Amino acid sequence: MIFCKWSDENGWMQTGDTVENTFCEAEVEIKNADGLHMRPAMQFVDIASKYEASINVSNEEASVDGKSIMQMSMLAATYGSRLKIKAEGPDASEAVEALRELVEVKKFGEPTPEEKRRMGQ
Amino acid sequence: MNFADFVCFDAVIPELKANDRDGVIAELVSALDKAGRLGRGNCDKITRAVIKRENEASTGMGKGIAVPHVKYKGIKDILAVVGQSSKGIDFSALDKQPVYSVILLISPVDEPDKHLQAMEKIFKHLQQEKFRKFLRQSQTAEQIVDLLKEADTNPSL
Repeated sequence: MIFCKWSDENGWMQTGDTVENTFCEAEVEIKNADGLHMRPAMQFVDIASKYEASINVSNEEASVDGKSIMQMSMLAATYGSRLKIKAEGPDASEAVEALRELVEVKKFGEPTPEEKRRMGQ
Repeated sequence: MNFADFVCFDAVIPELKANDRDGVIAELVSALDKAGRLGRGNCDKITRAVIKRENEASTGMGKGIAVPHVKYKGIKDILAVVGQSSKGIDFSALDKQPVYSVILLISPVDEPDKHLQAMEKIFKHLQQEKFRKFLRQSQTAEQIVDLLKEADTNPSL
């Protein structure tokens, strides 16, 4: 099993036995102003669906299938809220890395609150 | 957030007359307008904005439901309306199947969190097969309103 975990500043990985099924987990923060509304949720589901690994996304209130747009829309992940992404499968670490990049680096291609304010002026 | 907080019960349409997506959107937005909820001169603009958003990406989420929505400057409070079509409407849904239940949502631009909370409420229930079935079986506006009110008191519905 490969266990990997991503921290906020820089990811770190822990490698155990190399078996086909790997488990990977990351905590991400929503950084775009409008949060995880339908379009970002669709981008998330599109990327998640490219991977074989099962993907679970959770906050304090709910735990949902990261490949289901309806379930993802139930998270109501607002700006600044944190989500846990868990993947299990042969490509789990690639999946988690791609999803973390979408949420925290690409920010779904949307502005942060600061950028939104500047655009509004 | 409860349905009662943002769904305009007076505008609910138990059997939509329109046969196509844009017609359904126009019908639901005018129902809100007739119920006095949109403010003067907003009806057509909102209809066009919802259609524009729908053209960018379908909100037909599969399983016979669609949630067309838009953020609109002239709206102070988040507002939704429910419409049913027994014929089924082509919404270019993700599963390519017709849509029977439409929840149209209009949100103010500066309240993204409220928009997300309303979506959470809508999808929490829409993903329950029981709720979708009851919605589809509703014949009158009263039945739809009763179902929404019941959902507000029963989170598992």
